Amino acid sequence: MNAAVQALRLQDVHKSFGKLEVLKGIDLDMAEHEVVCLIGASGSGKSTLLRCVNLLDSIDRGRILLDGVDITSRGVKVNEVRRRIGIVFQAFNLFPHMTVIRNITLGPTEALKLSRQEAEERAADLLDRFGLADKRDDYPDRLSGGQQQRVAIVRALAMQPEIMLLDEVTSALDPELVAEVLNVIRELAQGGMTMLIATHEMSFARDIASRVCFLDDGRILEQGPPERIFTQPENARTREFLQRIIDAGRL
Amino acid sequence: MSSGNPSDLQPIVDEGPGPQQGDRRSRLLGGSLRQEGVKGVAIAVASTAVVLFVIVWVVVHSANWPAVKQAFFNGQEFKDTFPEIARRFGRNIAYFLIAEVFILAFALVLAVMRSLTGPVFFPLRLMAIVYIDLFRGIPLILLVYLLGFGVPGLELKGVPAAGEFWGVIALILCYSAYVAEVYRAGIESVHPSQVGAARALALSRWKTLRFVVIPQAVRRVVPPLLNDFIGLQKDTALIAFVGLIPEAFKQATIDQQADFNFTPLLCAAVLFLAITIPMTRLVDWLLARQRARRQAGTAL
Repeated sequence: MNAAVQALRLQDVHKSFGKLEVLKGIDLDMAEHEVVCLIGASGSGKSTLLRCVNLLDSIDRGRILLDGVDITSRGVKVNEVRRRIGIVFQAFNLFPHMTVIRNITLGPTEALKLSRQEAEERAADLLDRFGLADKRDDYPDRLSGGQQQRVAIVRALAMQPEIMLLDEVTSALDPELVAEVLNVIRELAQGGMTMLIATHEMSFARDIASRVCFLDDGRILEQGPPERIFTQPENARTREFLQRIIDAGRL
Repeated sequence: MSSGNPSDLQPIVDEGPGPQQGDRRSRLLGGSLRQEGVKGVAIAVASTAVVLFVIVWVVVHSANWPAVKQAFFNGQEFKDTFPEIARRFGRNIAYFLIAEVFILAFALVLAVMRSLTGPVFFPLRLMAIVYIDLFRGIPLILLVYLLGFGVPGLELKGVPAAGEFWGVIALILCYSAYVAEVYRAGIESVHPSQVGAARALALSRWKTLRFVVIPQAVRRVVPPLLNDFIGLQKDTALIAFVGLIPEAFKQATIDQQADFNFTPLLCAAVLFLAITIPMTRLVDWLLARQRARRQAGTAL
């Protein structure tokens, strides 16, 4: 493990909001092209973990390394880190006053300094690839939730990130819209994108993940290949959590 | 505005139903009439006619009406003085337009200064707060007097001495404080997740503000901004007290003092209304549209 430089490495990451400690020492290594799914109950720290990796929240203790370089030390240029890490949010967070194409080109033109034309070509290619070409000039409120989330994914991809963080990207969607978004993510995984995914979609996690991590109360209690985690969980808390999911008919 | 009506300052961004102007408009004019149909319209017209008739009858039959009519509603006097006052009213419009451009820009700077977070920006934040407190707290007429007479009195070299100039500056200083608060409310109404999304795209703080926060904030506060425009348009009359060249109100008082007939003041009032009433209707229309959009569940 130590020999190869990990794409992403978290070492003893702690994060508190006031007196509430949300992350209580997270260690996680991710190799390039790996798809790691974070599962666990709401409030277990999945979203906070992703926000910390993208430096949207600062950590209190520990280190996060991207390609072997500490991105949580002082003097790191956060915008340079964020150019390399894309994040997609549960609530899409598209910019409502901009058209789809402008939502997607904003980052490339303003942060990557691409020309407008280059950025638009890149965006058009991506929209085409994900079946959204005809939505190019629409405003987000004209789109369905599934389409909005696909645009949000395209917006993150347009930055050509090395790693994608997906934060429960299907949780705000009507059930019939979930599949179209999951298909996009599946395609990304097949294309070799390194992804850290927080999700409640267990069957999707089982399908797509190279590794599943069970988060409970700010700690990774158990991790391993999905076949093992979902069929022979070792930890009692993992078993309990999966039993609840099965009872709810979601696995 | 100089009366400091606090409702002028609220941007219409909250989600809950409130007693806002949009509601009032549709209740008074649009909504209820449409629902009640032709019969409703007939009743509304009839009751309005009756009320107006009673008021006019009482006024016209008051003991002193002929004298009042002569002093305030003199047709000939109106005809004689209106053209010159209307010409002078052009100055009021010019003052308004010039002041407005500077107010919109300066107030935005103030609002952004006040919205900055982090200890580094504390001095800027403090400056903005002190400025806003100061200039919102001084009666506008006092400010007009102080600047309009005070600064030219200093006889500084290279500084304009015209009272009009300093009157407009007073308007800019005062209204910028109000408008800054309107902007700030708009800026604070933009959800933090929008900032997060922009920052996640590696946009700097400044670019996040410029491309994501301010455009959304400004769209939301257009109606309350227009409210302040209306106040500003009226308050250009205050320049009468420090200017040498008459604007509409000053011209009206000159005409009034010439023959002790008050009708010229009515001329000036009519001119101000001709501008402010359409603006008020525009605000109502914008508010109603905003409300309709909110109810349709779409983001602004």
